[in-house]
Amino acid sequence: MRINRRIGVGVIALAAASALVLTGCSSGGSSSTPTASANLSAVITANGSEPQNPLIPTNTQETGGGRIVDSIFSGLVYYDATGKPINDAADSITTTDSQTFTIKLKPNQTFSDGSPVTSNSFVKAWQYGALLSNAQLNQSFFAPIEGYSADADSPLTGLTVVDDTTFTVKLTKPQADFPLELGYCAFYPLPDSAYADMTAYGTDPIGNGPYKLASPTAWQHNVQIDLVPNTSYTGGRKVENGGLTIKFYADLGAAYADLQGNNLDVLDSIPSADLATFQNDLGSRAVNDPTAVFQSFTIPGRDAHFSGQEGALRRQALSESIDRDTITKVIFNGTRTPASDFTSPVINGWTDSLSGASVLKYNPDDAKKLWAEADAISPWSGTFQIGYNADGDHQAWVDAVSNSIKNTLGIDASGAPVPTFAAFRTSVTDKSISTAFRTGWQADYPGLSDFLVPLYATGASSNDGDYTNPAVDALFTKAASETTTDAANQDYQDAQNILLKDLPAIPLWYSNITGGYGTSVSNVSFGWNSEPLYYAITKS
Amino acid sequence: MGGYILRRLLQAIPVFFGTTFLIYFMVFAMPGDPIIAMFGDKTPNPALVAQLRAQYHLDQPFIVQYFIYIGGIFRGDFGISYSGVPVGDILLRTFPVTLKLAVIALFFETVFGILVGLISGLRKGKLFDASSLVISLILISLPIFVIAFVGQYVFGVQLGWARTTVGPGAPVGDLILPALVLASISFAQIVRLTRSSVIETSSLDFVRTAYSKGLSRNRIVPVHILRNSLIPVVTYLATDFGVLLVGATVTEGIFNVPGVGNTLYQAIIRSEGPTVVSFVTVMVLLYLVVNLIVDLLYGLLDPRIRYVK
Repeated sequence: MRINRRIGVGVIALAAASALVLTGCSSGGSSSTPTASANLSAVITANGSEPQNPLIPTNTQETGGGRIVDSIFSGLVYYDATGKPINDAADSITTTDSQTFTIKLKPNQTFSDGSPVTSNSFVKAWQYGALLSNAQLNQSFFAPIEGYSADADSPLTGLTVVDDTTFTVKLTKPQADFPLELGYCAFYPLPDSAYADMTAYGTDPIGNGPYKLASPTAWQHNVQIDLVPNTSYTGGRKVENGGLTIKFYADLGAAYADLQGNNLDVLDSIPSADLATFQNDLGSRAVNDPTAVFQSFTIPGRDAHFSGQEGALRRQALSESIDRDTITKVIFNGTRTPASDFTSPVINGWTDSLSGASVLKYNPDDAKKLWAEADAISPWSGTFQIGYNADGDHQAWVDAVSNSIKNTLGIDASGAPVPTFAAFRTSVTDKSISTAFRTGWQADYPGLSDFLVPLYATGASSNDGDYTNPAVDALFTKAASETTTDAANQDYQDAQNILLKDLPAIPLWYSNITGGYGTSVSNVSFGWNSEPLYYAITKS
Repeated sequence: MGGYILRRLLQAIPVFFGTTFLIYFMVFAMPGDPIIAMFGDKTPNPALVAQLRAQYHLDQPFIVQYFIYIGGIFRGDFGISYSGVPVGDILLRTFPVTLKLAVIALFFETVFGILVGLISGLRKGKLFDASSLVISLILISLPIFVIAFVGQYVFGVQLGWARTTVGPGAPVGDLILPALVLASISFAQIVRLTRSSVIETSSLDFVRTAYSKGLSRNRIVPVHILRNSLIPVVTYLATDFGVLLVGATVTEGIFNVPGVGNTLYQAIIRSEGPTVVSFVTVMVLLYLVVNLIVDLLYGLLDPRIRYVK
């Protein structure tokens, strides 16, 4: 839920374009290769936004706080650039039945204040995060662990401390990819000093990650946060620079201007007004790669004409009437990749050759035929509408998708804007929205399951369309109890082939990382979750 | 005079209650649940949402929420933002930045606006007058974000004379470019106002008398013409200072100034009631005070104006 500029994007784009014309765009193609003399004391500056909550790992949901928390804490595992989990604080994570996991920590690890990292640092932090009355935003991540309750205060009885560096986790049911989740910030440890006053701790957190806060007042609200390397960190994320300053921008346009003016080293998101020109402006310093964000729109089964056999035909017809290739090129300047499944190309197990994926190809003739077959069951009337929040950058693509549907099927189709994000999500959550609506999913951990189970399992937390199919549920359960990732991924792909027939949501495209970096930094790479790997960046 | 000030200050009390009540009501009536929005595109656990709503008093009826808030203000507690920072601290951090920006902008527009306006008025119809007319018309007709973007791109990115955005601590040097952008539109207004006022005053009898009794131009222009021409300009400047103090959302956004406008804008997007209401209340009070000072300034500039008890 990134807050972007929301004021007259079109007009501003025009202004920015005229500024380029007035002064002549000189930066195109000037891709100077940074000199090799990396300066180990140089501080990297990167963009961010003011964290919406205190910096407590179990209470950090959004990217503004997330990138800081990820830098100053280290969990049991971290993810490398490809999303592969690598042991960080953990020495080993083992299981024999995919239900009880034994976790051994590396010995002699400390927080940046010198206090030891022990089994209790993890177990107590998880207990704190899972307790309902602590109202932590990441509470639901502890749901797989035995003892969890969503509705009442209930200790996680599945957590057992064996000794200072060993603890066990028992899940309510087998889940082979559970260790994959452990790199997410909800599972980070906390020092004992945190619990006395959690809000105060959240403004000056003590962590065990590659960076630490430069001083107790390093978080300058609404301005920036200054991080310095944490010398007591011994894990794999070795810091190659002298520190990291994350500057908070309310408006990405200002961040982009700073990047061009050499006031910013790394930018992880290009403002939509500059999407058409940024690759020219930045040359080889521009980044445009797929990431773990999946975009779709959901048609709830409760909507008239969208259940049963008629519904399945209409959903397939709609999907085949959308010209994804043209829309991603024209509206997004190639910064989206047309979807070929329900997950993301950066996830292990993704494939673009699911047998049912033809339904995601633009095929106007077949779409018309399917729609006519549905009309034979029950004639269509009314307008097909897609709901979206008008304070985000959604109108252009919703209108384009609606037009594509309208032109192909010859029916009335349009967008249905809801004024604010809060109002939009409220109507989706309480099921009062009466149209189809846009849905997006950014994965919290790099596994196929995270894109599928929370969204399409019966009664799952984010199953906003109330989709239910016992065959899909059975495959999800089977996948969770498989002992190898490949076998689990095969089950998830089988489930996706069913989803491609039922189309509870119509897949649209994967978002790309659009970013860039300055002339004085090198080794800039973005992780699977579109976050730059700050620790590896060098600056001359 | 003392009675006049006292009466004006007493008038501020109902205004304070009226605005806080109205603004609080409007934030309350904003569509959507800010707690659900915290979870982004995920659907949260209903029990957790209930817990969070209770924590921020969002489960109480509107009037109870309002009195909890007002009660807090009288204890010096403006509430707490979703990120756990006391709103009072945010006020103390952002208002000085905006004040600094406003003073610099006001300085530029006053000095250059009155100077150019005065010269134009004294040389009516000459080349200087004509070109200042053209320039001020251009500045008035350009939307502020165009001036801001062009200024940022030319001086920040291309020439590198100024920082593209404002750095930590908002040093005066960084604020000059945004202040010039803010000042540009008011500058044009002040030039037009000063010019016409100077032309009008120059043709009045007392100026002719001053010339005819042999006073030097160096004395007539500042003391007789300028001083008597300033009343409409001072009114405008004071209103403008009020506007600058309550923050310039667009300009602060483009230059990433950690000031009032920028912070308030983000708080509105998050439906963060206590922050929005506290900011707007302080803005209203500042506006009242600035207006009072203007009314008092009139008396100093023009002794014919007297205050009724």
